[in-house]
Amino acid sequence: MTTIAAHELTLGYQRRTILDALSLTLPEGRISVLVGSNGCGKSTLLKALARLLLPWQGNVILDGRDIQRQPTRAVARLLSLLPQQPMAPEGITVRQLVTLGRHPHQSWLAQWSEQDERKVEQALTRTELSEFAERRVETLSGGQRQRAWIAMAVAQDTPLMLLDEPTSFLDLAHQMEVLELLASLNRESGKTIVMVLHDLNLACRYADHIVALRDGRIHAQGTPHEVITRQRVKEIFQLDCQVIDDPYFHTPLCIPFARREGR
Amino acid sequence: MIETGALRIGGFSRVFVWRPWRRVAIASLLLGLAIGACLSLGKVPLAPLELAAALSAPGSDLGLIVWQLRLPRTLLGAMAGGALALSGWLLQQVVRNPLASPDTLGVTGGASAAAVGYLAFLAGTFGSAWLPLAAASGSLTAVGLVYALSWQQGVTPLRLVLMGIGLSAMLAAVTMFMLASSPLSTTLSAYVWLTGSVYGGNWTEVSQLASWFVSALLVMVPLTRFALLAPLDDALAVGIGVRVQLLRGALTLLAAGLAGIAVAWGGAIAFVGLVAPHLARRLVRGPGAAQIVMAGVIGSAMVVLADLLGRTLFLPLDLPAGIFVAAVGAPFFLGLLIRQVR
Repeated sequence: MTTIAAHELTLGYQRRTILDALSLTLPEGRISVLVGSNGCGKSTLLKALARLLLPWQGNVILDGRDIQRQPTRAVARLLSLLPQQPMAPEGITVRQLVTLGRHPHQSWLAQWSEQDERKVEQALTRTELSEFAERRVETLSGGQRQRAWIAMAVAQDTPLMLLDEPTSFLDLAHQMEVLELLASLNRESGKTIVMVLHDLNLACRYADHIVALRDGRIHAQGTPHEVITRQRVKEIFQLDCQVIDDPYFHTPLCIPFARREGR
Repeated sequence: MIETGALRIGGFSRVFVWRPWRRVAIASLLLGLAIGACLSLGKVPLAPLELAAALSAPGSDLGLIVWQLRLPRTLLGAMAGGALALSGWLLQQVVRNPLASPDTLGVTGGASAAAVGYLAFLAGTFGSAWLPLAAASGSLTAVGLVYALSWQQGVTPLRLVLMGIGLSAMLAAVTMFMLASSPLSTTLSAYVWLTGSVYGGNWTEVSQLASWFVSALLVMVPLTRFALLAPLDDALAVGIGVRVQLLRGALTLLAAGLAGIAVAWGGAIAFVGLVAPHLARRLVRGPGAAQIVMAGVIGSAMVVLADLLGRTLFLPLDLPAGIFVAAVGAPFFLGLLIRQVR
C-alpha cells in the first residue's frame, strides 16, 4: 500500500504564506476530503501533496521518502492527479485521453503493451465510457467529460488518487455520479482517495476522514461526525448553521443560516 | 469505423490508427506530382517522357537543366518547407496556441537581422558562403534570448510568446536600420533573402541542408511522444510523470533548430510555419504521428509550388518563392478560417 503525509509543510505564493508548518497523515485505503472556506489553503495543500508546488520548508512524504527526491515518473505510478478544470488537447478522443494515463508505464520502446490496452479498456468500462471511446472530448457533456478525466486517472492505475474539486461545475445528478464512481473505486479497488470538495453535506456522506483547514492550518480532522458540528462549522466558515442527522444516510447534515443574522 | 491496430514485437509496441494515413498518402502523392511539375516546367518545358529521358541522362543539355538547375532548387525548397512546417507544429504544441509560428519566438527576426548584418558588413570579405550559418546562428541566438528572458522558475507558454513578439519587434528595427543605411547592392540581395528564395540552389547547399535536416529529424523521432503531450496543462503533465520544463526547453530548441536551418538555406519564408501545421490539423484531426507527417508534406508542397509559380508565372522574371507562399497561401488560409467560422 501507499501512504502519503505532509511534514511541517510551509509554502505559499510570492511572499504570502498559505500553509504554515502543516503536518498531516492521510489514512490508507480511505476517502479523505479537504474542506474549508475559499483561500484557506486546501487546494494549495492538494497541489503540494501532488508535488506540483515546491515547499518552502518541510516536505511531503510518499511511501516514507520525500516526494521531491523521487523521479516524477516513479511518483506517477503511485499517485494520479486530477486538477481543477483540466484542459484537453484539441481534437483528442476519449480513448486517446485515457491512454495518456498510461504514460508513466510506457517507454520509447513500449508505447502500447497488452497491459496498456487492457488497463485502458478496463478504465473505459469502469467509467461507463466505452460507447463514447471514439468521441472527441470537447463534444462530451460536463459529466461525461469529468468521467473521462477520472478514467485517465484510473488507467494510470495508481493506489493513490488526488482530485481537486472534481464536482465543481456539475449539476447535482452529475456530482452524485462522479462521487459514486470514486466511492466504488475506493470500495472495490482499495484506492486511497484524497479530494477537495465544497459541498459539506456530500463531503460528509462520502468521506471516511474529513480534514478542515482554516488559515493554512488544520483546524480539525476526523470522521464527519467528529468534525462537522455546529461549533466547528462556525469556526471554519464563520457561518451559523444547524447540524442534524441525515434521515437516510445518518451522516451530519448541515443547514446553513445567513452569515450575519443567524439565530 | 476506426481501424486501430497494435504492433507488438517483443518489448516493442505501438498503436496504429490507420485511417489518417490515407490522407497523408494522398498528400504525399500530390507532393510527388508537384516536384515532378517543378522538374518539368520552366523556360524549357518538358513533357513527362522528355523529363524521364533527361533524368536518365544527366550529361545531356536537358539533363543538365533538370539535374543542376531544377532538382537542387526543388529539393532545397521541399526541405526548407518541411522543416518550417515541423517547427511550426512543434511550437504550436509547446505554446498551446494555433497562432504560434517560428516568427513568434523570434526565429525569423533573429535570422533576418543576422543575415542582413552579414550581407552588410561581412559578405564583402568572406563572400556569401557563410550566409546560411550566420542566419542559423542568428535564429538560435534570438530564441535563446527569448527563452532566457521568459525564465522565471521555469517558462510559461504565454511569457514565451510575449517575449518573442517583443524581441522580434526590436530585431525588425535593427534589420530595417541596417537595410536603410547600407549601399543599394547590399539592400537588393538582402531583400531577396528576406522575401525567401531558393534561387540558384546548388547541390552543395542541398547536401548541407539535408545533413542538418536529417539530424533534426533523428532528434525529433524520440521526442515525438513528448511533443504530443505538450498541450496538456502543466499540472496534468506532471501528474502523469512528465518533466515539463525539461521537455519544453528541448522541444523549443528543436523547433528553433528546424526553423533556423530552413530560413538559413531558404530565406525568410516563415509563413509556411504558421499555415502548414494548421492545415495538417484540419486534414488529420487528433494529435499523432500522421498529423506531424502531414504538416511536413504540406509545408514542402507549399514552398515547392510557390517557387514553381515564382519562376514560371512571370517568365523571364524569376521571383522569390516567399512572395507566392504569402500571396497564394494567405487568401487560402483566410478562406479556410472564414468557412470554419460559418
